[in-house]
Amino acid sequence: MAMNFEYRVEGGDFTHAGYASSQVKKMLKQLGVESTVIKRVVVCLYEAEVNIVAHAWNGVIIITLDADNILMKLTDNGPGIADIELAMQKGYSTASPEVREMGFGAGMGLPNISANADRFVITSEPGRGTSLEITINLNGNAV
Amino acid sequence: MLSDRTGKGFFHHALTIREDICNGCSLCMRVCPTGALRIRDGKARLIEDRCVDCGECFRSCPVHAIIIEQDDFSRIFDYKHRVALVPAVLHGQFRHEVSMSEISAVLKSLGFTWVYEVEHGAEILKPAIDELMNVRTLPRPLISSYCPAVVRLIQVRFPALIRNLATLKAPLEMAAFYCRRVLRDRGAHNAEIGVFYVTPCAAKIAAVKSPVGEESTPITGVINMDFIFNRINRTLRNKVELPHGDDHAYSVDQDTLVWSLTTGEASCVNGRTLAIDGINNVTEFLEQLENDGITGIDYLELRACDEGCAGGVLLSSNRFLVAERLRNKARNLKPGNRAADSDDLPDIDAYHDYLMNKVRITDDIKPRSMYRLSGDRDEAMRMMKRSRRLMCWLPGTDCGLCGAPSCQALAEDIVRRRGDISQCVFIRESNMEKDLMDRERSNEIMRRIWGDNNFTKNCNKKGAENESN
Repeated sequence: MAMNFEYRVEGGDFTHAGYASSQVKKMLKQLGVESTVIKRVVVCLYEAEVNIVAHAWNGVIIITLDADNILMKLTDNGPGIADIELAMQKGYSTASPEVREMGFGAGMGLPNISANADRFVITSEPGRGTSLEITINLNGNAV
Repeated sequence: MLSDRTGKGFFHHALTIREDICNGCSLCMRVCPTGALRIRDGKARLIEDRCVDCGECFRSCPVHAIIIEQDDFSRIFDYKHRVALVPAVLHGQFRHEVSMSEISAVLKSLGFTWVYEVEHGAEILKPAIDELMNVRTLPRPLISSYCPAVVRLIQVRFPALIRNLATLKAPLEMAAFYCRRVLRDRGAHNAEIGVFYVTPCAAKIAAVKSPVGEESTPITGVINMDFIFNRINRTLRNKVELPHGDDHAYSVDQDTLVWSLTTGEASCVNGRTLAIDGINNVTEFLEQLENDGITGIDYLELRACDEGCAGGVLLSSNRFLVAERLRNKARNLKPGNRAADSDDLPDIDAYHDYLMNKVRITDDIKPRSMYRLSGDRDEAMRMMKRSRRLMCWLPGTDCGLCGAPSCQALAEDIVRRRGDISQCVFIRESNMEKDLMDRERSNEIMRRIWGDNNFTKNCNKKGAENESN
């Protein structure tokens, strides 16, 4: 009885970043999910969404929600990540000075997602794009 | 009143809808920031668990059908010592020439034995906030718990942010504890002391009647500010001889005098602070804060009313003028001004340690999500799916003719068994077109929502030929 939602994300459009997070947040509140768990979902989704806006040309977020789990698949068309291991390190960022100026690109995105997700798979093809799969158990606790 | 199945009577509400006056115009329903109002039988109905007592409905009501409860004034005479706790915005409503001692004299002529300014209590809040800000383990930004409507908004809409709330009582409580202590030290028994708050808003009343995260309150009752404002105005205009008393040559400090205005509190706090006023601005900001999109702010001053308490729903004067007058008064005070109260009262600082022991909110502030569809996850999932299916059919125009503030609100009402799809005029029209419903049935539904009165000619209504109230 899973539900599916799809949100498109435009690269460079920081004005509308966060829309998917807001929508998902409201649904989880409707389901009565613990606020600590909602927080983890929102951190993951928001960071991942901002990553697309900051680095990629465009992308799509597919949310699969059932009573116990939320699966967030984010696929983008963009430059991809050459060295995923390096990108996963705290503080590492390739964000442009303009992006940092806006308060993004501190290099905390991927490590943050990894710390908050129950399952996190990242694959990337340099020159083509990046794909993230984040799963969070809705009955879980704060990490 | 309608009640949520998730539990009744969690919040005490100061706002009441008078059914005999309400004409079901639905203006209140359209401005409510938590979607707590519906129209049934031509009257506005409140869903109690969603109401945060912000007073937006009260502001919008064109026929004054929404009233704010207050205690019977004669109750003050149940006490030997009758303290009026007066916020600075009361004084700010009067012309420059009207002094605080005149206001105080009028209040005494009404029966109070002591008039004390609430803002003194902020003297205790300053070090108390500093103390909290030094606790490194607390989340940032800390959110001021000064405005009770904001605290309740966070409980029902942003439960994840409850942990950011500064667990401190308001200057009002500190002032009340101080007054009680002073009187007790002078031989009065607690039972002989009545502390009454002249309130600028409904949220403060609700907070006094059912404090969040506190067991009891030192405040005995509330008196609405518009009532006091009218009494003072009348007395001053009739030039009634007043008992002379020159107490209150503003003994409040420059910076605490404007504590209740926007930026008043934030400017007294160290670190990066931000002050936001207006319930919709506050909601928008909290939404973003919850998404984790805001960093680097240490302290948030949030006020439900535009211009802070100068915009309180029980004020009778223009909020911008009130704020300007108070800021002007504050500027003209000498820094560190502490003119002694004429009654030889000890300064609130004399009780610093006693009050600092009382300033923390000790009980948990509990989440009360208004979004949760059901306590059972599978059931909530089914309800959410159904609500989304319904949204496929509802027009998305948010016209409000169904008696709910938006299509989504109607869809959620339906899955909560508080509404029916046939309330939607678009659905009824298309059903009639397909001969699935007759005109008579459709009219009946319309009247069940809007009452019979809206279907008859009435030349007395606002804007009509023979307008009269």
